[in-house]
Amino acid sequence: MEKELRLMKGNEAIAEAAIRAGADGYFGYPITPQSEILEYLMEANPQTTTGMVVLQAESEVAAINMVYGGAACGKKVMTSSSSPGISLKQEGITYIAGAELPCLIVNVVRGGPGLGTIQPAQSDYFQATKGGGHGDYHLLVLAPASVQEMADFVELGFDLAFKYRNPVMILSDGAIGQMMEKVWLKPQKKRSEEILPWATTGKPASRPRNIITSLDLDSERQEKFNLKLIAKYREMEENEVRFEEFMTDDAEYIFVAYGTSARICQKALQLARAEGIRAGLLRPITLFPYPKKRLNELADRVKGMLAVEMSAGQMVEDVMLSVNGKTRVSHYGRMGGMIPTPEEVLENMKLFIKG
Amino acid sequence: MTEEIIIAGFGGQGVLSMGKIMAYSGMMQEMEVSWMPSYGPEMRGGTANVNVILSDERISSPILRSFDTAIILNQQSLDKFEHAIKPGGMLIYDGNGITRHPERKDITVYRIDAAEEASKLKMQKVFNMFVLGGFMKVKPILKTEYVIRGLKKSLPERYHSLIPMNEDAIKRGMEMIRKV
Repeated sequence: MEKELRLMKGNEAIAEAAIRAGADGYFGYPITPQSEILEYLMEANPQTTTGMVVLQAESEVAAINMVYGGAACGKKVMTSSSSPGISLKQEGITYIAGAELPCLIVNVVRGGPGLGTIQPAQSDYFQATKGGGHGDYHLLVLAPASVQEMADFVELGFDLAFKYRNPVMILSDGAIGQMMEKVWLKPQKKRSEEILPWATTGKPASRPRNIITSLDLDSERQEKFNLKLIAKYREMEENEVRFEEFMTDDAEYIFVAYGTSARICQKALQLARAEGIRAGLLRPITLFPYPKKRLNELADRVKGMLAVEMSAGQMVEDVMLSVNGKTRVSHYGRMGGMIPTPEEVLENMKLFIKG
Repeated sequence: MTEEIIIAGFGGQGVLSMGKIMAYSGMMQEMEVSWMPSYGPEMRGGTANVNVILSDERISSPILRSFDTAIILNQQSLDKFEHAIKPGGMLIYDGNGITRHPERKDITVYRIDAAEEASKLKMQKVFNMFVLGGFMKVKPILKTEYVIRGLKKSLPERYHSLIPMNEDAIKRGMEMIRKV
């Protein structure tokens, strides 16, 4: 398959990009608003072309443990779900983080808590960036704001997962999953045949056993392991922070928003500029590691930052930690599957400016 | 050029597929496009709507509250979206089942009785293409040849025999649409 321009839903773009990125396996269980990922892969049936396994598991818990198994063999494996399903996967996710295995997890977020609604939300930010499962660990979290990024972040996600031997999450939402946009798809990559030195693929005489586990009953060794994980997360903070800025050069006030909210803020920003308000936008692309340094720099020369999220206020805490009191920070959000309009966001920026 | 459109009507009227064909043809004319449906339980038997944006520039918000053009196919949608049209914007509506007609004076209103015509010609399946033809006539952004190519892309191959009928419906829609 060559490079190709298509009109696709975000969910379909993820599925097609997974095949083209040379993924070895997808394990999932349907849930709105991301069922198109599994449906698309089933219809594409890549087993007959690239050899990629696509399997509908009996539950979310089974799916994440299949990912654990595939990852332990050094394979490029992934799963996807939406909020309630991602909660079910948390045990598996912390085990995978604890066993230092690479994999890709897609969360197409819907309104919560509980079963909530099936409409778009961003209320899983804490779960994605601060843990979710138990224990001191982080996922590397990518937040796409377009269908193109849904596709691009699959390959990027796999690359980062293998670079750090750490699970990577694409944190999307129902709007980007369901909307269609133009997307450039990359040419088909061959599935890797490399046998990774840590993978459990059968022990040859030439090396000692590889053991994949997240269990260590010796506290001293476990603490050493915790320190190793922390060093890895610091390395991510050094090397992997990604963000995008719009009109921040002369901005007095800055929107901070990711994913769908960032798109809405881009329009609110145009409306604000048309009214003479010097607004800007910082869009975090990685949510962990978070663009703390850049926000801290911007805090020296702006009058305030407004975090816009489809949640009760989660990312805003990271904005506050980043600026560390240097500038005013506030939050505007809608919940339960409601999506703010650009006009509404602008009105709230004006209220924020008034103080 | 940026054209922000809402298409709204009953589920089953072809609202989403009309939007998809517009997005496809826009893409083939090298525009930036986005197609954002209302999705979820509200679609079953209820109203369906989709935001379509066609633009020369990178598209910011795919979700909008005000529109350049509203294409309205039932009374509920007219009630809901007549006020969401930008001053100077355009409203296209099908008169079928409409008891309260558009009232705004600061927009251009077009009427197309596509449901009636489609039923008369026994072409109900391509009802939405009459409406699309009407839109293409009064807002000539999309070219017929690209719309046909868009149809080929968005219809499963087993329906490709229906493409000439779609083309006829588009042509008839172009003739039928009237300024109110």
